[in-house]
Amino acid sequence: MTEIFGVPIQALLGQLMLGLVNGSFYAMLSLGLAVIFGMLNIVNFAHGALYMVGAFFAWMLLNYAGINYWFALILAPIGVGLIGVLIEKTMLRWLHQLDHLYGLLLTFGLALVLEGIFREFYGSSGLPYELPQIFRGVYDLEFMMLPKYRAWVVVLSLVICLITWYVIEKTKLGAYLRAGTENPNMVKAFGINVPLMVTLTYAFGVGLAGLAGVMAAPIYQVSPLMGSNIIIVVFAVVVIGGMGSILGSVITGLARGLIEGLTKVFYAEASTTVVFIIMAIVLLVRPAGLFGREK
Amino acid sequence: MNKTVMYALLLAGLVVAPFVGYPIFLMTCLCFALFASAFNLLIGFTGLLSFGHAMFFGFAAYVSGHAAKEWGLSPELAVLAGTLSATVIGWVVGVLAVRRQGIYFAMVTLALSQMIYFFCVQAPFTYAEDGIQSIPRGKLFGVIDMGNDVAMYYFVLAIFLIGFALIHRTIHSPFGQVLKSIRENEPRALSLGYDVDRYKLVAFVISASLAGLAGATKSLALGLATLTDVSWQMSGEVVLMTLLGGMGTILGPTLGAGIIIAMQNYLADLGSWVLIIMGVTFVVCVLSFRRGIVGEIEHRFGKK
Repeated sequence: MTEIFGVPIQALLGQLMLGLVNGSFYAMLSLGLAVIFGMLNIVNFAHGALYMVGAFFAWMLLNYAGINYWFALILAPIGVGLIGVLIEKTMLRWLHQLDHLYGLLLTFGLALVLEGIFREFYGSSGLPYELPQIFRGVYDLEFMMLPKYRAWVVVLSLVICLITWYVIEKTKLGAYLRAGTENPNMVKAFGINVPLMVTLTYAFGVGLAGLAGVMAAPIYQVSPLMGSNIIIVVFAVVVIGGMGSILGSVITGLARGLIEGLTKVFYAEASTTVVFIIMAIVLLVRPAGLFGREK
Repeated sequence: MNKTVMYALLLAGLVVAPFVGYPIFLMTCLCFALFASAFNLLIGFTGLLSFGHAMFFGFAAYVSGHAAKEWGLSPELAVLAGTLSATVIGWVVGVLAVRRQGIYFAMVTLALSQMIYFFCVQAPFTYAEDGIQSIPRGKLFGVIDMGNDVAMYYFVLAIFLIGFALIHRTIHSPFGQVLKSIRENEPRALSLGYDVDRYKLVAFVISASLAGLAGATKSLALGLATLTDVSWQMSGEVVLMTLLGGMGTILGPTLGAGIIIAMQNYLADLGSWVLIIMGVTFVVCVLSFRRGIVGEIEHRFGKK
C-alpha cells in the first residue's frame, strides 16, 4: 500500500476529504459573518445558533410536514432569514449608534435563548436526518471512496461562496453595499434605502447560516448544541482571515478544514486546538489577519 | 448615604450572613462576585471586553483542586497555586490579545479560552467529563480544620475582601486613572505618552489573576472543579453578571453575581428555561438597561 510519512494514502485522502467537508461549513459560516460584519459592524454571535435553527427547520419540515430535502434547502434559509429580519428590525437597529460590543452581547443573549428553546423541546441528544435517496452510496475514484452527499456539500458550498463573492465584488448591488459600508450617510444622500439594505444584508448573512445548517443536517446529528460547537472555531477562522475580506474568509475556512483533517492523521490530539495555535501565530505576525487591512 | 457607613453595613451583613443563610450558597456568591469584579476591572474601567475569562477561573479551579487533592497542599497554598497558574496564562493571553482592539479583542480572548477548554478536555489531571471531585478543604495553615462550612465561609470571605480591596485600590490609583483614560479615549492616552499596550497588559494580568483567585477558592469551597468552569458559557455568565449589576460600578458585579447565582439556584428545576431566562436578561440589559442596576441607582440618586 502506498504510504506518505508512514500514513496510508487512503487514510490521508479520507481525512482530507472530511476536512474539506468541514471546511465547506466553516467557509459558509465565516462568509456570512464577514458579510454581516462588513455592513453592520457587528460580530453576530447568534450565527451558530441560527445554523442550528436551519438544521432544525429542515428536520421539522421532513418529520412534521413530509417536505423533502430539496424544498428544505430553499425554505429553511428563508425561514432563518425571516428570523434575521425580525432580529435586525426589532433589536440590532437600536444599537447602531452604540459601541459595537453591544451588538456582540445582544446576539450572544439571542444565541442563549435559541439554544435554550431547542434544548427544552428536543433535548441535548442529536436527532438523525435521513439522507435523500439520490445521495446514498459512494463514487469509486479508484484511489478512494467518495460518499456522494459529501461531494455534493463541497460543490454546493463552493458555488454559493463564489456567487456571493461575485455579487458583492462585481455587481451594482454589491457596489451599493460596499459604499454603504464605507459611508452610509453619503449613500443615503444618493437616495438609496440604506436601512432596508442593512436589514436584507443581515437576513442574507443568517440565511447562509441556515442553508449551511440544512446541508449539515444529514451529515451531523441535528442537535441544539451543534451551533455553539462550531461558532467559536468560525470566530478563530475569521480572526485568521481578517474580518472584512469575503474571499479571505472563504479561503481560510476551507484551509482550516484541510488543516484539521491533516492534524487528525498525524497528531490527532491537537486537531481541536490547532486552529487556535495558528490564530495566535497570525496575531503575532500579522495582527490584521492574513487578508485583512488595518483600519 | 455616607459611603463609609454603607460599606460598614455591608461588611457587617457579610459577617453575620452564614448564621442566617446557607453557607455553601453564600460562598458560591462570594466567589462569583470576586470573579465578576475582576472581570469588571477590564470592561468597566479599561474598556476591554474579554470573552474568555472562564479560562482563568476554570483553570485555576483545576490547579487548586489538583494541588489540594493530589499534592495534599493546605488550602492557602492550593489557592495560591491556582492563582499563579491564572497569572501565567493571563500574561501569555494578554500579550496576544492586547494587540487587537474592540471586537477583535473579544474574539481573540474567546478563541484562546476555547483552546484552554480543549486542553482541559484532554489533559489527564482534569478527569475530563467527571472533573476533579471531592476536593478536600484541608487545614488552613496546617492548623485550622476547614471541614466546617462556617469556618470555610470566613476563609472565602477573607479572600473576597482582599481581592475586592485590591480592585478598589487599583481603580483609585494613578494607574487606574490611566486605565480610565484609555477607556475614554485611547488615541489621546497614546498621544499623551502613555504606553497604552503595557497598561492594558498589566490590567489584564491583574484581572486574570483575581479571576483565578476566585476560581481556585471556588473549587475548594464546593469541592468540585469541572469543564463547566472553563467553558465559554461561563465566560458569558460573568459578562451577564457584570452587565446586570452595572459595568464600571464598584458594587455592581457583586450584586449581579448574587442575582444570577440565586436565579440559577432557585430555578434549577426548570432545566433549559434557565438558559432562556439568562438570554432574555442579556437582551433586555443590552437594549434598555445598559447602566445595570447599580449604575441606574447611581445615575438617578447619586451626586453629580
